[in-house]
Amino acid sequence: MNAGPINETLERWGKRIEPWRSRLRHWSRRIVVILAVMGPGVITANVDNDAGGIYTYSLAGAQFGYATLWSLIPMGFALFVTMEMCSRMGAVTGKGLSDLIREEFGFRVTFFLLGTVLLVNLGNVLAEFAGVASAMEVFGVSKYVSVPVGAALVWLLVVRGSYERVEKIFLAVCFVYVAYVFSAVLAKPNWLVAALNLLPTPVLQKVPHMQRWVTPVPLTSGYLLMVAALVGTTIAPWQHFYLQSAVVEKRVGPRQYRHTRTDVLIGSVSCMVTAFFIIVCTAATLHVAGQGKIEDAGDAAQALAPLAGRFASALFAIGLLNASLFAASILPLSTAYVICEGLGFEAGLDRKVSEAPIFYWLYTALIVVGGGLILLPGAPLVKIAVLSQVANGVLLPIILIFILLLVNRRELMGEHTNSRTYNVVAWATSVAMIVLTLALLYISIFLPEKIQGIAVPGM
Amino acid sequence: MLHATEVLGAEAYDVNGNFVGRVREMYIVPAEQLNRVARLLLGRGKYRPLVARYDQVAFVAPGTIKLNADEMALEPFRPNEAWLAVRKDLLDQQVIDTNGRKVVRVNDIDLLEQRTNGSVEMRLSRVDVGLPGAVRRLLQGLASPSVIRRIQEKLPPRNIRWEFINLIEPDPMRRVKLRIDHTKLAKLHPADLADIMEKLSATERQSIIASLDEETAAETISELDKRLQAQIVEKMDPEKAADIIEEMAPDAAADLLADLSPETSREVLQEMPREEAQEVRELLQFAEDSAGGMMNTEFVFVGEAATRDEVLDWVRTHDYNVEQLDTVFLTNQEMALSGAVPIARLLMAAPGVPLRELKAEPLVYVEPEAGEKEVFELFDKYNLRSLAVTDKEGHPVGSITVDDVVTRLRSRL
Repeated sequence: MNAGPINETLERWGKRIEPWRSRLRHWSRRIVVILAVMGPGVITANVDNDAGGIYTYSLAGAQFGYATLWSLIPMGFALFVTMEMCSRMGAVTGKGLSDLIREEFGFRVTFFLLGTVLLVNLGNVLAEFAGVASAMEVFGVSKYVSVPVGAALVWLLVVRGSYERVEKIFLAVCFVYVAYVFSAVLAKPNWLVAALNLLPTPVLQKVPHMQRWVTPVPLTSGYLLMVAALVGTTIAPWQHFYLQSAVVEKRVGPRQYRHTRTDVLIGSVSCMVTAFFIIVCTAATLHVAGQGKIEDAGDAAQALAPLAGRFASALFAIGLLNASLFAASILPLSTAYVICEGLGFEAGLDRKVSEAPIFYWLYTALIVVGGGLILLPGAPLVKIAVLSQVANGVLLPIILIFILLLVNRRELMGEHTNSRTYNVVAWATSVAMIVLTLALLYISIFLPEKIQGIAVPGM
Repeated sequence: MLHATEVLGAEAYDVNGNFVGRVREMYIVPAEQLNRVARLLLGRGKYRPLVARYDQVAFVAPGTIKLNADEMALEPFRPNEAWLAVRKDLLDQQVIDTNGRKVVRVNDIDLLEQRTNGSVEMRLSRVDVGLPGAVRRLLQGLASPSVIRRIQEKLPPRNIRWEFINLIEPDPMRRVKLRIDHTKLAKLHPADLADIMEKLSATERQSIIASLDEETAAETISELDKRLQAQIVEKMDPEKAADIIEEMAPDAAADLLADLSPETSREVLQEMPREEAQEVRELLQFAEDSAGGMMNTEFVFVGEAATRDEVLDWVRTHDYNVEQLDTVFLTNQEMALSGAVPIARLLMAAPGVPLRELKAEPLVYVEPEAGEKEVFELFDKYNLRSLAVTDKEGHPVGSITVDDVVTRLRSRL
């Protein structure tokens, strides 16, 4: 047989495939670009689900079942709006948030702000190591072993690794949050009820026969407080500093910025997805069994064992351990960076200890003090956590206002300032956040009995 | 000695002892003097602010200034772009320490008083980037000046002389008005300059690159990390970018162009001289992680019968890049690669020796399609400085030098 016609056919096919091939090439190029910029947003949003976050979510599920799920959608939105502004500032100005505050508002403002950041973050580091301790106790490991080992791991990881490598590890760690999906599945929840509860109440009431699945929760002060605590634990002051610096360190410019926005969006959504599964998991087990009182996130993991099986309990604890170590690696580092850069001390992992002494000392001290306090017998952990949360609450409004002021400065941002509509949304979100955190603050200072057995927010 | 923080906020009195206002800002007028505080802005609440010239100041102490003129003699304030503001443009901002080769943040500024007949001039002497300046900024107005001075004496000073300071001004128009030149920066080693640039923001980087001559700009850009290289070039106009890329080694240029968007890459290539553009285009054909992607098309090759002296003369009269000159490649009559002579051997050989006798054994080369791993292994095995790349017929088409290998290996760490 003559090979000519076959070759012709092949050639024709080749021509037909060509546009698809080029489209594929185009797409693979785009995906490479997106992956190159990916990281800061996803990492920051996921670190939000730290030990404190997981505790608050478990508590919400244990006490109110599925009833707080609706708040996740507006929270995800608020998270996206605030993080988006910071990442945009990073991409446009090429400077960290503390640098910008220093350059625009002067030394003294920066000093007091950063002093508060240091204290608040120390409290948060403490909470992360408490998370490590309680997660490992589920596996029967004493905190006198787990906390020092965890602290050493964290210290080595950052001091010995380069930023790119550390970031890859962090991104990989984000996938461990899938553990919560599995433990939620093992808890055999009613998925239909869970999904319906994601809808805001006015929409929900229009769903036919909704009473069959959803029992409305009375708007008690405890319930409202829980919602406020959820918000407080999701949007933290430190994350804005970290995100902006990470965007700068990634060398994202205004051109690649839209990919970073995608990154932030994916991060915000995945953060809420994790929160959803945690709440669902404890709602289907602890709430049904009437075990509303849990002291910390490790407690929730332990309480799961008889209700959903040892495997679900272990997965829950692994998720907690992962989240705590993850946040414990990022928080001290980000704090040391932010403070040194804002106050003009040498900073950076590419410097030697002798070149950037304050940076390394701060970083080490945060880990040693944070981890060490946990090991003190009889340390008033809950009190410290409440105090750190109070400070978080004081700090957040200030930082949000700084962000909004900076992002609207034309000499800094040029054409990239907020549009008017965006400003309305951003200010509304921030004011809502501020009101909620201040309310929470008021309650935790003046009406402490209200939060007993409810949330130690952020813990 | 005085500090800027002690003068900013000071109360100013005129010659009759009447209170005029508080010092809100100090200006340097670079067109007159690069280090003199030439104007003081005196704020007067709701009244229009006044300006005191340097020769109207009779006495300066922390918190107090006395003028030798009457309030009526002071001019009203009009903003001037060509004045450098100490508080707004210097304090808390980043500047480049050209002596220490790094970016620092200004905490305070040390001023020296210089008495002339009837007036006191303040001269900028040093920039404070250490703890004493930080403490002063923090406590100013809260504790008495003498207390602050006593505290800061105990702290380790970190100062940089004003002459070594290079200001960063992203706006090119204002940079000209303020007479900021980057001659001090251009004298730094490109690798140091690249380190400094990585610490700055995008607009600041752009402004520094724009002020360098093409050769220095090319060397500095080559030292930056890949993403920054692309970012900087994307923002330039293609003509200027082409001028700079032309100065780069062809392999570095090809790597850079491969990272640009296809449109920019095309525009830049169009602006380059035909021959250089052709060279770079050829290099762009190869996959980045192949020998072809690593190689440089600029290399020295001579006929194997040539003598040492002939070769040295040839090299001298041609404008070769020093980095490309560690090895001379030999070709036979068919123009195929027949050997490689390290420059060190050439140096030690007697004048009339033909290069054929200086060849390093064995003859090692790769084809452009070879993977980078193979290249690394050859460099390691034969302790090479350069490796020839040949086409299928054995004609040399380029060379890979050890610095290319080190760069690649380091990026894998």
